[in-house]
Amino acid sequence: MAASAIGIIFSNLHEENVPELVRRRTMASIPYGGRYRIIDFVLSNMVNSGITTVGLMTSNNYRSLIDHIGSGKDWDLARKDGGLILLPPFSEKHDKMYTTRLEALNSVRGFLYRRKEKYVVLTDCDGVMKLDIADVIEQHEEKNADITLVSHYGKVGNRADFMLVHANEDDRINEIQLSPHVEDGTKADIFINVMVANRQFLLNLVEETVTHGFSSFESDILIKQLDSLKIYRYDFKGYYAGIDSMAAYFKHNMELLDKEVRDELFGDRDIYTKVRDSAPSKYGENAVVKNSLISDGCEIEGVVENSILFRGVKVGKGAVVKNSIVMQDNIIGQNTSLDCVITDKNVVVSDRKTLGGCDTLPFYIPKGTRL
Amino acid sequence: MQRKKECVAMLLAGGQGSRLYALTTNIAKPAVAFGAKYRIIDFPLSNCINSGIDTVGVLTQYQPLILNEYIGNGQPWDLDRTYGGVHILSPYQAKTNSSWYAGTANAIYQNLHFMKMYNPEYVLVLSGDHIYKMDYAAMLKAHKKTGADCTIAAINVPLSEASRFGILNTNPDGSIYQFEEKPKVPKSTLASMGIYIFNAQKLFKYLEEDDANPNSSKDFGKDVLPAMLNAGEKMFSYRFEGYWKDVGTVASLWQANMDLLGDNPEFDIGDKSWKIHSRNPLAPPEHIGEHGIVKNSMVALGCEIDGVVENSILGSNVIVEKGALVKDAIVLANSVIKSGAVVSYSIVDENVTVGKNAEIGVEKNPDAEIVVLGRGLTVGDGVAVRDGQKHEKDILA
Repeated sequence: MAASAIGIIFSNLHEENVPELVRRRTMASIPYGGRYRIIDFVLSNMVNSGITTVGLMTSNNYRSLIDHIGSGKDWDLARKDGGLILLPPFSEKHDKMYTTRLEALNSVRGFLYRRKEKYVVLTDCDGVMKLDIADVIEQHEEKNADITLVSHYGKVGNRADFMLVHANEDDRINEIQLSPHVEDGTKADIFINVMVANRQFLLNLVEETVTHGFSSFESDILIKQLDSLKIYRYDFKGYYAGIDSMAAYFKHNMELLDKEVRDELFGDRDIYTKVRDSAPSKYGENAVVKNSLISDGCEIEGVVENSILFRGVKVGKGAVVKNSIVMQDNIIGQNTSLDCVITDKNVVVSDRKTLGGCDTLPFYIPKGTRL
Repeated sequence: MQRKKECVAMLLAGGQGSRLYALTTNIAKPAVAFGAKYRIIDFPLSNCINSGIDTVGVLTQYQPLILNEYIGNGQPWDLDRTYGGVHILSPYQAKTNSSWYAGTANAIYQNLHFMKMYNPEYVLVLSGDHIYKMDYAAMLKAHKKTGADCTIAAINVPLSEASRFGILNTNPDGSIYQFEEKPKVPKSTLASMGIYIFNAQKLFKYLEEDDANPNSSKDFGKDVLPAMLNAGEKMFSYRFEGYWKDVGTVASLWQANMDLLGDNPEFDIGDKSWKIHSRNPLAPPEHIGEHGIVKNSMVALGCEIDGVVENSILGSNVIVEKGALVKDAIVLANSVIKSGAVVSYSIVDENVTVGKNAEIGVEKNPDAEIVVLGRGLTVGDGVAVRDGQKHEKDILA
């Protein structure tokens, strides 16, 4: 049964964690996993849970996102009723640009008001996972919750800005901590920036708090009203790839070389993405490819090991690409070697170059660079 | 407002393709897979949209289910239009004369009303069994320039093969003075490609006359084109230079697939200036495993390869297990080649399972014949399937 819910996606939050990757794009449109962008996983989770109306909040740098999303048809979200609705900033003279989640929600009250669905699912674009949102909503209903926060037990990681939740046996949250100091490697229940709320309830809550001059969803609503609201957590036990640093981005991409991770993310349902009509990838007479993911449109003449190649990458004769992420339409010249490198889109590395980083600090080459 | 389309395309897609054996047991020839992720019909449909023709009738008759599902609303080819777009035209029941399509000309005749809906000046007739890239707009331009009533696209073929084709005998200016369908002794090597542009009104007239003629076999090549020529209509050939392959036999289908491989392939399917559009598989990038070796091959998305793949074409989501060898072969979507199995010089259709240590086909040699394994069948562990065999059912021992 399809959930009676709409989705709202925040495409720009958490960009401070991976500044290189978002220099010319949003968090949502960061390329991931060979032929995807982070938003593909977010949208596919929604579509696969029966959500057919999704508002996409954008604040800046969103041209690449619009180019990727188009009408939404590749996600089956080009609909007469609902579908994918872009929510770019709409400012009048007396408005100032929103900076927080609460202010952002306040700016789309009209969208929330006009829909008829019972629930709203709010998600950011800083995580890759397979989340059954219908199941989250089911728990939300069962607990008769006002707000359900999705959390994942894992290492706190590098992020500057995070929220830990503590719940009782019934999953009711009784303590929330905003970015507490923790030892390296500490494991805890981290809020992974997906939540469910009743639409009408959320609308009232936003109006009320904004008129009282509050601006933070986390500290002014979740923490201050923890006792008066019924806030529950949904414990997500699956594979979660939090993109909270360049090293995490690199590590989690590489985890896709593990069959178990691939099976969980792609196994029994589809991940939708923009269709590019590339030809199938071509392997030359001298190609040597080991433990790598190769996307459509690639032409490989050299050696590729433990790497991820996005669409349309050309690897020349004698080139050696190891432990690297090579994004769309890159050209890697003959006898060039890359090790622990992330090359952004449209990078051209000419013949006989040697580039390298290390796994905790991969060498990043910005979009469009010609070497 | 009187709306119209300058040119409407009619794509004949009803063929059974019986020389493809098990590959067309359940699907029409135009829906047969090609080049790892494409189907044959992607080529004429992409040619249409790339040539600016946005109204296409697809005439289906034989096993249309998969073809219809594949075409859908035409969106993958940008042919989902409010006016025009792609339309599936199946035989239908009418007040009088309900019948199956009795020939290529009859199929078009039965859809006169469809063409007339668009009030076209020209009709482009295509067939759904060739692999090629062609700018129909350039052909239409030539058609207008010569002032012809009918223009036939033609390609030079080797003299030894000329008697398999409709042969055009032309004057130096390209005008046709004789049309011979599969002549025993060909006078020229200029073969019709089965691509025609007609002035619409002329086409409608001759189709109606052909339908009224009890002696006609209702075929373009045998009846309509000769009738037009005999009546003195202006007919021109349009010379096509480039890659054009009929994929009507197992051997030609195999060869055309192999033509995609190599540094300078005979047919460049990745050519961005003339994109071949298709319905794309929803699958992650292919994964080549620790033991995988892939050489001189084309591989579609979603494959998991831990064995050896050489000189081969793999459709989406194919699994080649560790220790398996696929050589000089075409393996279509979702098939599984289990460990230790050898597949050589074969075409393995979709959803086939080849068991452990099974041997399919023989090493490619000039006398060898291609093995065909039909859709969905299972080959048991250790079973050998020899040279040239064509199978439709499970082979368990």
